[in-house]
Amino acid sequence: MSLVETMEIVLWAILGTIGVAVFGIFVGLLYKGIDRKLVAHMQARYGPPIRQPFWDMVKLFVKETVVPEHATPWLFNLAPIIALAASIATLLYLPIGGFQPILSGEGDLILVLYLLIIPSLAMVIGGFASGSPYATVGAQREMVLMMSYEFPLAITIITIAWQLKNTFADHPFSLATIFSQPVWGTVGIVGLLGFILLLLVLLLVTPGEISKMPFDAPEAETEIAGGLLVEYSGRNLGLFYLADAVKTVVMGSLIVAIFFPYNLSTILGIGGIMAPVVDVVFYFIKLLLVILFAVSLVRVAVARLKIDQIVYTYWIPLTLMSLIGLLLIMFDSTSLFHISLGW
Amino acid sequence: MVLPKSFKRSLWVFHINTGSCNGCDIEIIAALTPRYDVERFGIKLVGSPRHADVLLITGPVTRQMVEKVKTAYQQMPEPKAVIVVGNCGSTGHTFHTSYNLVGPVDTIIPVDVYVPGCPPRPEAIIDGVVKAWLKLETLEAKR
Ligand code: SF4
Repeated sequence: MSLVETMEIVLWAILGTIGVAVFGIFVGLLYKGIDRKLVAHMQARYGPPIRQPFWDMVKLFVKETVVPEHATPWLFNLAPIIALAASIATLLYLPIGGFQPILSGEGDLILVLYLLIIPSLAMVIGGFASGSPYATVGAQREMVLMMSYEFPLAITIITIAWQLKNTFADHPFSLATIFSQPVWGTVGIVGLLGFILLLLVLLLVTPGEISKMPFDAPEAETEIAGGLLVEYSGRNLGLFYLADAVKTVVMGSLIVAIFFPYNLSTILGIGGIMAPVVDVVFYFIKLLLVILFAVSLVRVAVARLKIDQIVYTYWIPLTLMSLIGLLLIMFDSTSLFHISLGW
Repeated sequence: MVLPKSFKRSLWVFHINTGSCNGCDIEIIAALTPRYDVERFGIKLVGSPRHADVLLITGPVTRQMVEKVKTAYQQMPEPKAVIVVGNCGSTGHTFHTSYNLVGPVDTIIPVDVYVPGCPPRPEAIIDGVVKAWLKLETLEAKR
C-alpha cells in the first residue's frame, strides 16, 4: 500500500468518525426529545418541546463544573469523556441508514458487545471516583445491573452468530454479513419463533443497557438522588447526558441491524440518487419504532424495580427466554423440525 | 459570562424541605401533574443539588436543618437562584416564636424570590420560577 492510499484511508476514517459523532449526538438528542414528548402525551400532559434536550445540553455546558473535595479529580473528569467516546466508537461499527459501517472486521458483533460495556464501566468508575456514598451505592448497583443483562444479551448474540455460521460459514460475527443477510430468511417456522423470542429479549435488554425505567435503579433519583451521577455537574454531566443519548441510538441501531436490516429502496426497486434518501428515512422510522417499544412504552407502563428484582428478571425469565430461543433455532437446523416458510 | 437563551428554557429545580408541614410540598408536586405540567417549560425536579439551577425551599428553617441548607446551597454550581415557597420560609409564619426556629430562610442564605401563601397555589409557584429567570437575566446584565 502506498503512502497516499494509507493517508486516504486514515482521512476517510477521521472524517467518517466526525460525521458519525455529529450524527449520533444529534439523532440521540432528537430521539430523547421525541421520547419525552411521547411519554408526556401518554400521561395526558403537553410535554416539553422536542428541542428540549438541546436546550438542556447547552445549559449544562454553560454551568459551572464542580469537582467535589473527596473526589479523585483525574478519574472523575476522565469518566464522562470515556463514556461518550466509547458510545461513539460503538456507533462506528454499526450500519447506519442503509450504509455499510465505517469500521468493520470479522468479529464486529463481539467487539460491539465489549464496547457496549465501556460506557457503563466509565459511569461506575466515575461514581466510585466522586467519593459520595450515594454515588458508591449507584455504582455498585450499576455493576450488578451489568452482570444481570450481559447473560441474556450474550446468549442472544451467540445464537444469531451460530445460525449465521450454519448458513454462510464465513464471518458469522461480522455485522456486514448480518446486514446483507437478514436472519429471518435463514430459518423455518420453529426458528422463526426462536428469533421472535430473541428479539423480545433484546428489546428488554435495551432499557437495562441504557439505565431506563424499570431498570434505572443505579440512577434512581427519588431514592439515591441520581446515584452514579449525584456529584456530577456542568460539563461532565452534559457529557454523560450525551453518552446516554448516543447509547440509545447504538442499542436501537443494533436491533435494527440484526433484526430489521431491510432497505426500502431494494424492496420498492428505487434506484439512483433517491435510494440513499429513502433508506435513511426508512432507517429513522425503524429506529423510532424500536426506541418507542423498547424505551418509551416500557417507561410509561411500569415502575422502577428493586435491584434484586432486576437481577431476577434478567437471570431467570429473560435468560430462559433466550435459551428457549436458542433451542428452537437449534431444532430448526435439524431436518426433523425444519418446516420451511418458502422464502 | 452571557447566559444563552437555552438557560431559561431549561431550569432544573432541587427541592429541599426545611421543616415544612408538607402543605407547600404537595403544591409543588401539583405543579408537576398533568394539569399544570411544568415540564413543558423545561422545568424539571432533580435529585441532587449538583444538577440544579434553582433551589426551592419550603418551611421555616429548624435548628437541625441550618447546616444542611447551607451545604445544599454551596453544592449548587453557578449560576443559581433561590426560591422560598410559602409563608413559613419567608417570615416564619405561625411558628415565628418557636424556640426551635433559626429561619426564616433569608437569614441563612440569600433568597431571590419569595412566593407567599399558606400554601401558595401551583400557579404562584410557577410564577416564582419565572421570576427566578428574571433574576438570572439581571445577573447576566450585571456581568
Ligand atoms: S407555609 Fe403553610 S403550607 Fe407551607 S409549610 Fe408553612 S404552614 Fe405549611
